[in-house]
Amino acid sequence: MADMRTPLGKVRGLGSAHEGTDHFWRQRLTAVANIPLFLFFVGFLISLNGADYATVRQALANPFVTLMFGLMIFSGLYHMRLGMQVVIEDYIHGEGLKLALIMLNTFFCIAAGAASAYALIRLAFGG
Amino acid sequence: MSKAAATRARPLSPHLTIYRPPITMTMSIVHRITGGALYFGTLLLIAWLLAAAVSEEWFNLVNWAFGTWIGQLILFGYTWALMHHMLGGIRHFIWDTGAMLEKHTASKVAWATLAGSVLLTVLIWVAGYMARGL
Repeated sequence: MADMRTPLGKVRGLGSAHEGTDHFWRQRLTAVANIPLFLFFVGFLISLNGADYATVRQALANPFVTLMFGLMIFSGLYHMRLGMQVVIEDYIHGEGLKLALIMLNTFFCIAAGAASAYALIRLAFGG
Repeated sequence: MSKAAATRARPLSPHLTIYRPPITMTMSIVHRITGGALYFGTLLLIAWLLAAAVSEEWFNLVNWAFGTWIGQLILFGYTWALMHHMLGGIRHFIWDTGAMLEKHTASKVAWATLAGSVLLTVLIWVAGYMARGL
């Protein structure tokens, strides 16, 4: 059978990344999860619109709210990291800058997750 | 990709300059733009959560900033981006099954995501102001 690889592909010899449809699948998986989680978030904000500090603190200390927010933030950050990665890969062609931005993308999402986790824990335990 | 040796410039048919973008293309671009906007919009959520966790002073400061006309405009835009991106995502789920891919149906679905996103955004804000009792 004829070799279907391009000349550059032969030189690089990297073969398959063995990731297959994983990126696509996780993107869809988090997208499905985001729908109920973000709708809950929108409803929560509507119900609290104009509320004072004590009311908001009390609402955010509810364990169910803490869990829903935690799941929403995890799923949301995962989803946006995947999405931004594709945007970077599509538009940034310099190899160095591309790698730097892909790393920055991950760092940004992890930092956002850490800040949210800190806030949610403090809100839950009333610190 | 291997580079073919082009000895002279190849003829190119006119494209973007005379192309009338179909609604599916426009909504595809908007889907990516709203995704990018939501990426940075997450900072609004984190600012609000952190402020609520830290102190009443910080919470009131963030609430004040969100309440200014520019803050309200940004939050309204965030709401619309979230609704548009969500409906766009649902559209992609439908297309993933192979349904509604026929040209005219796809265009109708694309218009529906735009109309639906505006409608949902307005409904959310009306509900928000009703909850506030204004």
